[in-house]
Amino acid sequence: MSVAAATIEQVFREESGQAIATLVRLFGDIDVAEEAVQEAFLIASERWPQAGVPPNPPGWIVTTAKNRAIDRFRREASRHDRQVQALDLTAVDPDEEEGAMPTDPMRDDRLGLIFMCCHPALAQSAQVALTLRLLGGLQTPEIARAFLVPEATMAQRLVRAKKKISAANIPYRIPRDEELTDRLRPVLAVVYLVYNEGHTVSGGEQLVRDDLCREAVRLARLLAELMPDEPEVKGLLALLLLSEARRPARTTADGSLVLMPDQDRSLWDQELIAEGHELVRSCLRRNQPGPYQLQAAINAVHTDAESAEETDWAQIIALYDQLLAWTPTPVVALNRAVAIAQLDGPRAGLAAMDGLQLDEYYAYHAARADLLARIGSAEEAREAYEAAIRLTDNDAEQRHLRGRRDGLGASD
Amino acid sequence: MTQYLLSVYMIDGQEPPSEEEITKMYADVDVVNEELKQTGAWVFAGGLHPATLATVVRENAGEVLLTDGPFVETKEQLGGFWVIEAADLDAALTWARKATVACQAPVEVRPFQDVPEQ
Repeated sequence: MSVAAATIEQVFREESGQAIATLVRLFGDIDVAEEAVQEAFLIASERWPQAGVPPNPPGWIVTTAKNRAIDRFRREASRHDRQVQALDLTAVDPDEEEGAMPTDPMRDDRLGLIFMCCHPALAQSAQVALTLRLLGGLQTPEIARAFLVPEATMAQRLVRAKKKISAANIPYRIPRDEELTDRLRPVLAVVYLVYNEGHTVSGGEQLVRDDLCREAVRLARLLAELMPDEPEVKGLLALLLLSEARRPARTTADGSLVLMPDQDRSLWDQELIAEGHELVRSCLRRNQPGPYQLQAAINAVHTDAESAEETDWAQIIALYDQLLAWTPTPVVALNRAVAIAQLDGPRAGLAAMDGLQLDEYYAYHAARADLLARIGSAEEAREAYEAAIRLTDNDAEQRHLRGRRDGLGASD
Repeated sequence: MTQYLLSVYMIDGQEPPSEEEITKMYADVDVVNEELKQTGAWVFAGGLHPATLATVVRENAGEVLLTDGPFVETKEQLGGFWVIEAADLDAALTWARKATVACQAPVEVRPFQDVPEQ
């Protein structure tokens, strides 16, 4: 690959979101924006190898895409002449223009696009697909592979979502302060879901999954940059960084899962941990807790310890108590019970798990199995492992659970 | 500006509201209607008699047939609607929030197709 081609690919992944956002703001139409930006990159792939990479590649792309879109409106002038006049845009030569890019983060066009993609009137599956495609610069087949759906299904999902945005007139705008908390919720949920989808250990397509994790971290960084005053945004970024820091230790070379107590902590990325801890501290100073900040704080306590034994489990339980007040779900209660087992022993942990409505959740049975094994109830532990194996279709999880089951002593 | 249909869905077989509740509902809907008119969002609105009183007319092989009763036999039937004009979906959803609270029933928001330019 030539230098220019590599640059184009990199610029596309990093900057196509910005370019599409600017075009959507100017022209109010996602299809027009996407097409114009694609065309601009096509022109770049012809021009740059010969003429050289321009001094400001993203600015060059935006200007070229803008010109393409104006050309298109001119061709269809009978229908859109008022729009063209209203824009009053004159095509400029991208090689002549200095191509000023916005520097004020709140003026960044991507923020309006994020809120458009994650509008609450769109289903979450559509929000995720749109965000990855328009802001992440992922192609439809890549998104389809990541979410294990046929390409045609993903393409249809995107077409339908774009059609709804246009027909129902879902606006391109940044929510007002008083609605920001509500509107932010689906945005954060989408980024978190993208990360978790990548984080789920799976046998095949590891590259696609790594890509999703990186993309989620990139989106979280973007949100934190665009909305520096929102503690939950910082909390989400910290949570992702602290999970990402541990990812190299989560699997062995053959793809088997390694649980946190057994992980080789020297593989943890100390740079990401330091950054995550700093974010958590700055959140704590603001004292406006929320579910993402609390989960980040829990991860900060984990990554602060030299070993599982040295972890401040009392602190973790206190944080789970707070998290339960925000999100009183049985899964949070299960995680709290696991921490209780670490502090007060397996019997206390099992007691805390009693009555949780999680019969269909593999991790519940896996956690119970581990504790049952520790108190010597091998037969019950075996049954719980079997239930966990039945309830997950993830290869790496299954392998891990079979290993645990086979490691049980003779039945008592 | 986009026009939106706000459909109010009534669920058959539910306990009918008390006289008092109905009076409050009418009063609340009046308040919404007044606000719609004052802000220029109002296009048209109306409440419907129950779907059991409906008649369906359809053409089949050159013959027009009538059937007594609603087109779709479901528990959820259209009970009334608004046609409003709003700047975008967010503005339409703000009206829909007021509408669902006033009617105490789910409200479906659907954009009208653009009128083709002549």
